[in-house]
Amino acid sequence: MKAHLVLEDGTHFAGEQFGAEAEAFGELVFNTSMTGYQEILTDPSYKGQVVTMTYPLIGNYGVNDEDVESSKPWAEGFVVKELSSIASNHRSRGTLDGYMKKYGIVGIQGIDTRAVTRILRTKGAMKCVISSGDSDVKALLEKVKASPGLIGRDLVKEVACARPFDWPSQPGQKPEFTVAAVDCGMKLNILRNLNRIGCRVRVFPAAATASDIMAVKPDGLFLSNGPGDPEAVPYHIKAVRELRDKLPIFGICLGHQILGLAFGGKTYKLKFGHHGGNHPVMDLRTRKVDITSQNHGFAVDIDSIPDKQMELTHVNLYDKTVEGMGHRELPVFSVQYHPEACPGPHDAEYLFDKFAGMMRENKHA
Amino acid sequence: MPKRADIHKILIIGSGPIVIGQACEFDYSGTQACKALREEGFEVVLVNSNPATIMTDPDTADVTYIEPITPEILAKIIEKERPDALLPTLGGQTGLNCAIQLHDSGVLKKFGVEMIGAKEDAIKKAEDRKLFKEAMLKIGLDLPKSGLAYNMEQAKEIAKEIGFPLVIRPSFTLGGTGGGTASDWQEFEQITQRGLSYSMISEVLIEESLIGWKEYELEVMRDLKDNVVIICSIENFDPMGIHTGDSITVAPAQTLTDAEYQKMRDSAIKVIREIGVETGGSNIQFAVHPETGRQIIIEMNPRVSRSSALASKATGFPIAKIAAKLAVGYTLDEIPNDITKETPASFEPSIDYCVVKIPRWAFEKFPKADQALSIQMKSVGETMAIGRTFKEALQKGIRSLEIGRFGLGADPKDEYEARSKSPDFKTEISKKLSTPNQDRLFYIRYALKEGFTVEQIFALTKIDRWFIQNIKEIVELEDEIKGSAMCPELMLKAKQFGFSDKQIGHLQGSSEAEIRGPRINGGISAVYKLVDTCAAEFEAYTPYFYSTYEREDEVRLSGRKKIMILGGGPNRIGQGIEFDYCCVHASFALKEIGYETIMVNSNPETVSTDYDTSDKLYFEPLTIEDVLNIADKEKPDGVIVQFGGQTPLNLAVALKKAGLRIIGTTPEAIDIAEDREKFKVLVEKLKLRQPVNGTAFTVEAAKEAANRIGYPVMVRPSYVLGGRAMEIVYDDESLEYYMTHAVKASPEFPVLIDKFLDDAIEVDVDMIGDGETFVIGGMMEHIEEAGVHSGDAAMVLPPHTLTKKIMDEIRQATYALAKELDVVGLMNVQYAVKDGKVYILEVNPRASRTIPFVSKAIGVPLAKLAAKVMSGEKLKGLGFTKEIIPPQISVKESVFPFVKFPGIDIILGPEMRSTGEVMGIDVDFGRAFAKSQMAANSALPMGGKVFISVQDSHKEKIGPIAKRLRDLGFEMIATKGTAAELRKKGVESEEIHRISEGSPNIIDLMKNGDIKFIINTPSGKKPRQDEVKIRSLAVALGIPCVTTIPGADAAVKGIDAMQKYGPEVRPLKEWHKALQDKLRQ
Ligand SMILES: Nc1ncnc2c1ncn2[C@@H]1O[C@H](COP(=O)(O)OP(=O)(O)O)[C@@H](O)[C@H]1O
Ligand SMILES: Nc1ncnc2c1ncn2[C@@H]1O[C@H](COP(=O)(O)OP(=O)(O)O)[C@@H](O)[C@H]1O
Ligand SMILES: [Mg+2]
Ligand SMILES: [Mg+2]
Repeated sequence: MKAHLVLEDGTHFAGEQFGAEAEAFGELVFNTSMTGYQEILTDPSYKGQVVTMTYPLIGNYGVNDEDVESSKPWAEGFVVKELSSIASNHRSRGTLDGYMKKYGIVGIQGIDTRAVTRILRTKGAMKCVISSGDSDVKALLEKVKASPGLIGRDLVKEVACARPFDWPSQPGQKPEFTVAAVDCGMKLNILRNLNRIGCRVRVFPAAATASDIMAVKPDGLFLSNGPGDPEAVPYHIKAVRELRDKLPIFGICLGHQILGLAFGGKTYKLKFGHHGGNHPVMDLRTRKVDITSQNHGFAVDIDSIPDKQMELTHVNLYDKTVEGMGHRELPVFSVQYHPEACPGPHDAEYLFDKFAGMMRENKHA
Repeated sequence: MPKRADIHKILIIGSGPIVIGQACEFDYSGTQACKALREEGFEVVLVNSNPATIMTDPDTADVTYIEPITPEILAKIIEKERPDALLPTLGGQTGLNCAIQLHDSGVLKKFGVEMIGAKEDAIKKAEDRKLFKEAMLKIGLDLPKSGLAYNMEQAKEIAKEIGFPLVIRPSFTLGGTGGGTASDWQEFEQITQRGLSYSMISEVLIEESLIGWKEYELEVMRDLKDNVVIICSIENFDPMGIHTGDSITVAPAQTLTDAEYQKMRDSAIKVIREIGVETGGSNIQFAVHPETGRQIIIEMNPRVSRSSALASKATGFPIAKIAAKLAVGYTLDEIPNDITKETPASFEPSIDYCVVKIPRWAFEKFPKADQALSIQMKSVGETMAIGRTFKEALQKGIRSLEIGRFGLGADPKDEYEARSKSPDFKTEISKKLSTPNQDRLFYIRYALKEGFTVEQIFALTKIDRWFIQNIKEIVELEDEIKGSAMCPELMLKAKQFGFSDKQIGHLQGSSEAEIRGPRINGGISAVYKLVDTCAAEFEAYTPYFYSTYEREDEVRLSGRKKIMILGGGPNRIGQGIEFDYCCVHASFALKEIGYETIMVNSNPETVSTDYDTSDKLYFEPLTIEDVLNIADKEKPDGVIVQFGGQTPLNLAVALKKAGLRIIGTTPEAIDIAEDREKFKVLVEKLKLRQPVNGTAFTVEAAKEAANRIGYPVMVRPSYVLGGRAMEIVYDDESLEYYMTHAVKASPEFPVLIDKFLDDAIEVDVDMIGDGETFVIGGMMEHIEEAGVHSGDAAMVLPPHTLTKKIMDEIRQATYALAKELDVVGLMNVQYAVKDGKVYILEVNPRASRTIPFVSKAIGVPLAKLAAKVMSGEKLKGLGFTKEIIPPQISVKESVFPFVKFPGIDIILGPEMRSTGEVMGIDVDFGRAFAKSQMAANSALPMGGKVFISVQDSHKEKIGPIAKRLRDLGFEMIATKGTAAELRKKGVESEEIHRISEGSPNIIDLMKNGDIKFIINTPSGKKPRQDEVKIRSLAVALGIPCVTTIPGADAAVKGIDAMQKYGPEVRPLKEWHKALQDKLRQ
């Protein structure tokens, strides 16, 4: 079946439909990871976004039961050059096409994804629609223009858990810490990593208040990744502001932005964001460079945080944006990128261990 | 970290001659490194024996030595130059091994030279199988079960323990030389024996067989701050058991999930850290079980490699250049990414296309060699293709191979129709699928067409189903094209699947042109996309393009005058690095005089495909269609076809017809030189002399012609290259055999018959002309007699036995030919001199294989001058108007791949079989020749026992040679006949049994290491089995073996000179200065 991709600036691409038959709107972004499409699709941070893969051959190894970052795919739509007609991997349990059908996600293939990427790179991320079937392109463009954008929109509530739950430590492991993790669309590998460093985790919905959280007497607070504009979740910012000097805190991605806001700073939208697995990030204290997994459209303006409370600890060597910060006095730190990887390199996994260290120190202090 | 201030002078060792497993990729990496280090203000001293390299150009390094790469010579250079550091990781295995030897012998310590990049213990840890295994176990990586053996007893013990099938691999050898797989005791003993003798330290690893597992490679870089990045992942289409150099490989990895890829990445990082390669690139290989995903580490190369050249071309990330900068102290984040300018080199390239590399073999040159592909590399070159899909890249890759194919079948050479009629076809397919061979790709297509399923093909080949499925889709589309009219949708899809117009035409029953015209009119044209390291995330500044059929074209046209240079495609025997050298020079020269240069080539190993070499690089197949597509876009003012060897030359006429301006000698003149009849007329007109010749379409006519001409005759099919299928025929019987077996003469393809000039001296002349002025660049006398292909013969410049009269006659003939052909650019002529008469063998109105050698011998960059001349400049203006006759002697020697094809005969003939060359320069012939032998890895012995056995007609001439050897302190061993003959000449020799006469025979002596030198000329037209055995064993054991009388004579002169003077080293600049001084006199 035919399908159309129409961008907010009027650019139209015709292609072939796969996955579900549907009409899906979202902000169009490109991701430069060459592997990990299943993790990308199931990353809740992609809520509200249509993802273009710059790597042209997608679906080669199918989908499996393990490489998921949440219970289902969240991206609104998927744009690829060529979808593999078979799934070839010993762990595969089905094709990407079947998977997207099952979860109602529309895909379009046969697209000059490099052309798409170049448009986004020069003009910035923009709204789009993927529509399967024979649609009227003009009408689609009108619909795209009328569709909501990301700014100011609370997408977190659509992906976060509805009520708190326990993520126990691994069987046979005696948990060293209790961590409260606020779920704004948390990736599963964060929980796996928290387990790895000896945590049992109490997962809270994004709307949890400070007292909800303190009630479980956590050793540390974890702020998760999540979709969209950080300013659109004031309730979460408020809770973090109240807790900011009470506990060791570690934030990732949206969690990092929330922390910035909770300390009185500002965030802003990047032109086309960072989505991929190859960005170099320098730890300014060691001057070492990690290759990082990235997925964000907003960034923290560290200079806007009053009293220079936050020290810039990590910087993106591509565009010099803020990739990490740490409080000058409190056991509070965060990174914009994804130490939990999935997909992407494991270079920054040590940050979880650093969090453990902080909690340990705080506990014994 | 800033660059180191405590080192100033750095020594780089090249990789020597092109051999199987070590080709021009090391010229590419070495040249990059030289440039990078000089950019940083370091003084670079370079050593390489291979003149056909850009790195040995006088302006690449500060001080260049064209000297043998042996520890002895290197020690002399170090003593003379006193470098602060040695960068050992850029010269392939040769450079690395030499560096280790220099360390072990204490030379480095003695002269205070630091190894940078990788230290000796890191190199040893990676290269020594035992240390490597220990290191891997230490970091918890999985390895195949294995054991090390130093003799046959130990080997058998280990084999019993692990059980068959087994893989046997010698340590410290190149490209798996001497390795193999065994499934029974007999195979096992044979391979183990061979392996033990090939290993530098007589060590073999006996290993659990992982045949059929998936094979991967990662290219890893590390800096002094311990930052590590992966530049590229490569998935082998052909699974484990087939050397990566013989495998089709694909970048990036296609069938690994992110979890699996990251696991491999983590392992690779652990490996480079544990091995301790401080800076620079390494290549790490893994095997993955297709059903369980178990990952096993196979090996690590602690240096840049063939794969890193491929990875550099595949991603745009210049590994060698960055490696050089890291070695002098920079960290990855301090080095900018050239392509994006704004971002640093501390990142991992993301690519948005698919890259396919396909090896090129040369089995047609070695018909008796075992053609099965295994763990020892046999290919002589490779081609790379880029497409937006695997299907597109695969078909482009096949048509880049220069094997006359235009894609995966469905072209004029397709044999499917004919073969499918055979009742055994399916059996044959199964056999060809299960035993890896060079045609397997085509058999996968046959299999699919015959109804084999993906699963069945997987079972037979263990090639990942994803690849087979993709091939299946190509085959399905082929069927669709065959059965339908070409609507625009189908045409677009066909092009996106990589089908060439030729294939589409073949399927549609029309010509290539009939497809191309309407296609383009219908709006379906190639577009070009950039290779930019970052999948378009950032703007790219280097114009490195590949074609595809999509929406957006990224070519930016300039208004400048531009010249397109067509490269030579994959290396193969007869067309190697020499032609790439010429193309690179053309580009440099034309840039110098203000042209925009556009390079088109498909060979990833080369300097020509470095994005830095030309203003624009198109990584494309060299077919008419692909070249015209680029021309349509770029509209070049001129096209150069005479530098890339036969490949572009073959396109000349068609390109001209399409309206392109071929600069330099006209395609018509080229045609005259190549067309036998036209050439004959020319020769007669100029009153020159050719061997008597004839042309025959039938066996009878051939016999008639041969008898008229008189035996022996030289026979060959018309239109061949590199002496393909050429033979010397001595009588009717063998002529008949040739005409019916070797070539099938037909009305279309006649057989050419020439009088064979036996015992003639062959001479090669390279000349440059601008249409007005013609100057001989160099005249080279072959050391072996005519009949040994000019690509295989050793040569000396200037000639050392020819009289002035003969040389002048050759000069006059050359100038006459050049004028008549109106040569603008280069021309090569081959002559034979017999009984004081000069015969023309052939004229090649193009750059020849010897251009780099001559350029270095006379100190004039001929290819550069030629490019300028072709663009309209005059030799007078360029200041080159007079032949230079250097005071020193330069010898070119050829290097052969015999060691890779055990058992084949090494006798030289009119069919070229060498893969590379070396140069020896010195003040006299003896020393220059001795150096060339040393450089070619068959150093002349200084004493010991010589085995002599020559054919009857040589017995007369061997006497004086033996006498001189005796005087030089050698002892003679000879077979009966030769011994008797020697005795007559007053030379005593120890007589030895024929092999058939029982032990102890020559074979035993050779195995015992008693024989230091062999002179063995073939006893007749058909060599006896005995001789073949001796000669091939000599190759296996590395005993120098000469097979011609002139070769033996030259060797004696070499030994004599070396005994008197020993080797001395001198930089190229000094030789050139001596030349200048002489000219000034
Ligand atoms: N244990 C094994 N079982 C099967 N094939 C193997 C095994 N080890 C190596 N090979 C094959 O042999 C090839 C050459 O081995 P490798 O260790 O890479 O040596 P080289 O130094 O020649 O590259 C590999 O590319 C792989 O295909
Ligand atoms: N008539 C001949 N007599 C003796 N040797 C010959 C003759 N013709 C060719 N050869 C030998 O064969 C080699 C290859 O022949 P050539 O015509 O140069 O073919 P190619 O095109 O492969 O270079 C020559 O280098 C020469 O040694
Ligand atoms: Mg290898
Ligand atoms: Mg020739």
